[in-house]
Amino acid sequence: MTPSLSANESEALYLSLSVAARSLLLSLPFAILLAWVLTRRQFPGRTILDALVHLPLVLPPVVVGYVLLLLFGTRGPIGSWLQRGFGVELIFTRNGAALATAVMSFPLMVRAMRISLENVDRGLEDAARTLGAGALDRFATITLPLMLPGVLAGAITAFSAALGEFGAVITFVSNIPGETRTLPLALYAALQTPGGDHAAARLAVISIALGFAGLLLSEWFARRVRRWLGR
Amino acid sequence: MLQVAATKHLGAFTLDARFELPTPGVVALFGRSGCGKSTLINVIAGLLDADSGRIALDDVVLLDTGQHVDVAPERRRIGYVFQESRLFPHFDVAGNLRYAARRAGSPRFVGFDLVVDLLDLKLLMKRRAHQLSGGERQRVAIGRALLSQPRLLLLDEPLASLDASRREEVLPYLEILRDQLAIPMVYVSHNFDEVLRLATHLVLMECGSTTAQGGIGEMSLNPGVRAIIGAEAVGAIVEGTVLGTDAASGLTRVGVGGGELKVPAAAAAAGAKLRVQLLARDLIVATREPQHLSVRNILRGVVTAVTGDEGDADLIAIDIGGTIIMARVTRAATRELKLTAGLPVWALVKAVSLRSHFTRVPR
Repeated sequence: MTPSLSANESEALYLSLSVAARSLLLSLPFAILLAWVLTRRQFPGRTILDALVHLPLVLPPVVVGYVLLLLFGTRGPIGSWLQRGFGVELIFTRNGAALATAVMSFPLMVRAMRISLENVDRGLEDAARTLGAGALDRFATITLPLMLPGVLAGAITAFSAALGEFGAVITFVSNIPGETRTLPLALYAALQTPGGDHAAARLAVISIALGFAGLLLSEWFARRVRRWLGR
Repeated sequence: MLQVAATKHLGAFTLDARFELPTPGVVALFGRSGCGKSTLINVIAGLLDADSGRIALDDVVLLDTGQHVDVAPERRRIGYVFQESRLFPHFDVAGNLRYAARRAGSPRFVGFDLVVDLLDLKLLMKRRAHQLSGGERQRVAIGRALLSQPRLLLLDEPLASLDASRREEVLPYLEILRDQLAIPMVYVSHNFDEVLRLATHLVLMECGSTTAQGGIGEMSLNPGVRAIIGAEAVGAIVEGTVLGTDAASGLTRVGVGGGELKVPAAAAAAGAKLRVQLLARDLIVATREPQHLSVRNILRGVVTAVTGDEGDADLIAIDIGGTIIMARVTRAATRELKLTAGLPVWALVKAVSLRSHFTRVPR
């Protein structure tokens, strides 16, 4: 094995990171909002919303990809609207891959944030309130910073899961080199090619190294945040 | 004037409170744990919605359920010092103070530096909450509440989580606030010593209701208050005027009612007002003028009432010239001395027993 990456490998690595980053940017604000709504608000249909958010965890990824295809495909209700209104093309693009990974990793992210939010002392929010802080002010200056460990944990878990998402991506945006062929898809393609065992092994090593680095980074971040919060 | 009337149902608990406080002044909400004191101040702060009620501070109406007025807590300009301080863990002390100062309303009556000075926070500014002692945390919390420029300060048992010596680290600062800033305060406590030192008025709470209220002197004789603090701590709180220092003993001479007390107290200028608690158990009653005694303090008065107290004792109320004090004597003594209303008596109190009950009278 040569230590340097081939053009195909670095392309897959770059695509994986790019798709995961886009997926994170897309889902982070929604995840924070939903974590807050599900933890702090009581409203009819809360249980259904909760189930809906968690659905991708229990569905076969292929099903998620298929539903995305129905909704966001060129003739799907949302897909056609996005294309006509904003010229946004999702199918067979990396943005589409990002959407698929975002949906798949969303429950993980929301779950981590909710745990963190449940641990935020509401007394501190009340204290901020008596000091003159309105709702948005309180959220931005007290709630969000205090739930940061969960936001961070959720983001890193979701990012890592996004790097490895396979089923939903391949179903929704197919396996196109240079556009949607992320590491797991490249690995799959290598395995389908006669004599591709060596290439597949190299891609697997890259995936493992990436995952390991992610976990270490996550732990390091978590420690820094905890120290910052004085815990 | 702070006017509060509120009702609130919480499960089996019902809050039904009504009190008034002339401002500036310090009203103590006094009662047993679980009697609804904290519920009431959460309603005043707006953190808890009242079922019905009206809360007004001078001419500002904060809540009037009849008129659909309900000012949001963040706009009530009411400072709140919580029992557990609730400092923001992700800011240092300076950050906590600035958080309040940045969101403060106008007019601003207390500056950042003044608060830091008054509460001695200068050396703590860079520390985080977890690096502070309990007493320091409460000082910062008080400073933070002040910097929001509140019209009213609520304190929910701010010293309850501190041990006795730590309390003494915070109490003097609260006295300074009362005397120098003249900010109205509602002070929740079940510790009568704190009430004695800080409050000008007392509202008694029992089972969710305000059952009695009045000036601290008058309330010190209230049977409901007596029932809570216990026979050992019962005693009239009287206000006196410093007459001077007794050259021979070094004790401070205080005019109380028609008589005079000599109390061990820090030097105070003649004319200064003092508050003294005369514990009922420390008072000795004589029906003839006593002589040849070591007791420094002899007050002449007339018995106004004799009421049975717990145990085998009676409480004797004595008018010492416009001021009522109370002595606790055995029932046998009541019988032998034939203590009844109208009887002239002398009340004796040892100077040393007055020591811990000396405090300045709030303006």
